[in-house]
Amino acid sequence: MSFLSITNAVKTFGTNTVVKGFDLAVEKGEFVSFLGPSGCGKTTVLRMIAGFERPTSGKITIDGRDVTDLAPNKRRIGMVFQAYALFPNMNVAGNIAFGLKIAGLGKAETEARVQEMLGLIGLSHLAERYPYEMSGGQQQRVALARALAPKPQVLLLDEPLSALDAKIRVSLREEIRDIQRRLGITTVFVTHDQEEAMSISDRIVVMNGGRADQIGTPSEIYNRPSTRFVAGFVGTLNVLRARLERQPQTVTVAGTSVQLAQPVRTADADGNLSLALRPEALSLRPSEGRDVAFDGLVKSVNFMGSVIRIRMDVGGEAISFDMFNSPDLVPPAVGARATAHAASRDMFELTA
Amino acid sequence: MKKSFPVVPVLTALFAASFFVVPLIATFYFSLKMTRGELGFAAYASVFNSAEFLTTITYSTIASLVAILIGAVIIVPTAYWVRLKVPRLRPVVEFISLLPLVVPPVVLVFGYIRLFGSNSWLPLTTTTAGTDMLLVLGYVVLSMPYMFRAVDNGLAVIDIATLTEAAESLGASRLRTIATVIFPNVRAAIISGAFLTFSISLGEFVLASLLNRPAFGPYLVQLGQDRAYEPAALAIMSFGFTWGCMVLMQVFATRKPGQRWFPRLTSRPAQRTTA
Repeated sequence: MSFLSITNAVKTFGTNTVVKGFDLAVEKGEFVSFLGPSGCGKTTVLRMIAGFERPTSGKITIDGRDVTDLAPNKRRIGMVFQAYALFPNMNVAGNIAFGLKIAGLGKAETEARVQEMLGLIGLSHLAERYPYEMSGGQQQRVALARALAPKPQVLLLDEPLSALDAKIRVSLREEIRDIQRRLGITTVFVTHDQEEAMSISDRIVVMNGGRADQIGTPSEIYNRPSTRFVAGFVGTLNVLRARLERQPQTVTVAGTSVQLAQPVRTADADGNLSLALRPEALSLRPSEGRDVAFDGLVKSVNFMGSVIRIRMDVGGEAISFDMFNSPDLVPPAVGARATAHAASRDMFELTA
Repeated sequence: MKKSFPVVPVLTALFAASFFVVPLIATFYFSLKMTRGELGFAAYASVFNSAEFLTTITYSTIASLVAILIGAVIIVPTAYWVRLKVPRLRPVVEFISLLPLVVPPVVLVFGYIRLFGSNSWLPLTTTTAGTDMLLVLGYVVLSMPYMFRAVDNGLAVIDIATLTEAAESLGASRLRTIATVIFPNVRAAIISGAFLTFSISLGEFVLASLLNRPAFGPYLVQLGQDRAYEPAALAIMSFGFTWGCMVLMQVFATRKPGQRWFPRLTSRPAQRTTA
């Protein structure tokens, strides 16, 4: 029995159905991210778990208890918001103590727990500060401590890093993950940043149009995307038109015959299908296992420091790939002919 | 390049200021001349020694404070609720709150007298307590445009939806959220509204006069008819009082939580640090 389970949740606002039959089972202590573009329903699902939205239909249980119709303040959830939402009239210690006072903890106990939480986020020296006296990163850490102080059953993070600048975003997400592991708290994290989701999650739920397109570990999502949307949203992807040459798995791509690893499943009546290829699977250097060669014209070369991104036109198909820079490397010239090498096992068919 | 002194703007400002500074100085000067041949505060002393002055100002102060209390208790939860739950109705509520500026007090008070008069279903005007209540409620209505606006502006600067959700996720009930999160964060706005309410209802004439209550407003008017120097002294005092209220409003509106009334003597490390 999973710790947090959402069964066939639907949410309709007026005539607009935002969440369309969402199912998810989260294990105790697991860190799950909802990843998707804005408007995909990820925040709505999170708010349904929190109780701020009531599902139009469906069921939500936490630790075996049906909470679908339970008020948010009875659910024992901790929530961190994008806009920090610290209480401006209270200092750091007051904010962290808020939930503890409501839970009816004694003065000494509250004080001890506040100190413990301040230690956890490494801000013991700022207990007397007010929110307006702190940076965004500090405020968000206080918000995390405030959410964790009453020992919630589930921690919900609603794009907590989106308002912060890049450097703090990375360090804070590592801190969040570290604290989550130490406390072993079941966590749901909402983000539209695929790198963020990849780097901290046990599992990712890629959402699209109110549905979960794919649920899996970061490497599953990245390496074996199950839908065209997931493939396109997570990382960059070359999508190539292909034609079935011979059943079950020989296809022609940009004039080159390729033997696929899996039998073709989705070719239409004319034998057309779509293949996907990650940029890192292509290289200008031939190597063992790279059994497919695409000859084409170099359209652009973007030097980005450690990486060089090259775009080529191969028989009418646009492909792009990255090469690691090295001091002795001479990148191809724009307009020159070049050959990109790939392994046929890295090419996968886009099904849905 | 050195900027030349802005002669024309300064002259214009001085000219405009003279329109209200000159009468003020004249009134003040006049108020000092009660004792023939010398300048002194005799008129002020006369005002403070009048028993009627003390009773009416006490009465009006109490009525105003009660009006502020009732106004805040009605308006803060209403403005909060409208912003949180039915934001589409905000223009409607705002319009209703502005009605007292459109409907003259005399209409309001005649309405009251007709509605709560001696032959009505609720004859409030037949008892002193009932009439006092009508006066206070009238003050609440009159101050509504100012109170609502102040509170609504106060609510606009804090993200009440998220703060409410944050409080709820920590287990707080709606009532507790209002008491411990919303009220303290709009306290400055409530105080601003309160000072406006106070300065309006303290000298209010129409309601108090037509309801025949011993309030400060009617006393002021009566004094103006009967005496020469005392009204000038009262005008100066009420002017000073209004300005005092405005200063207090500024102080409360700009003071941040945890901020000291006076700067510390010892220096403190920089307020803002990066994470």
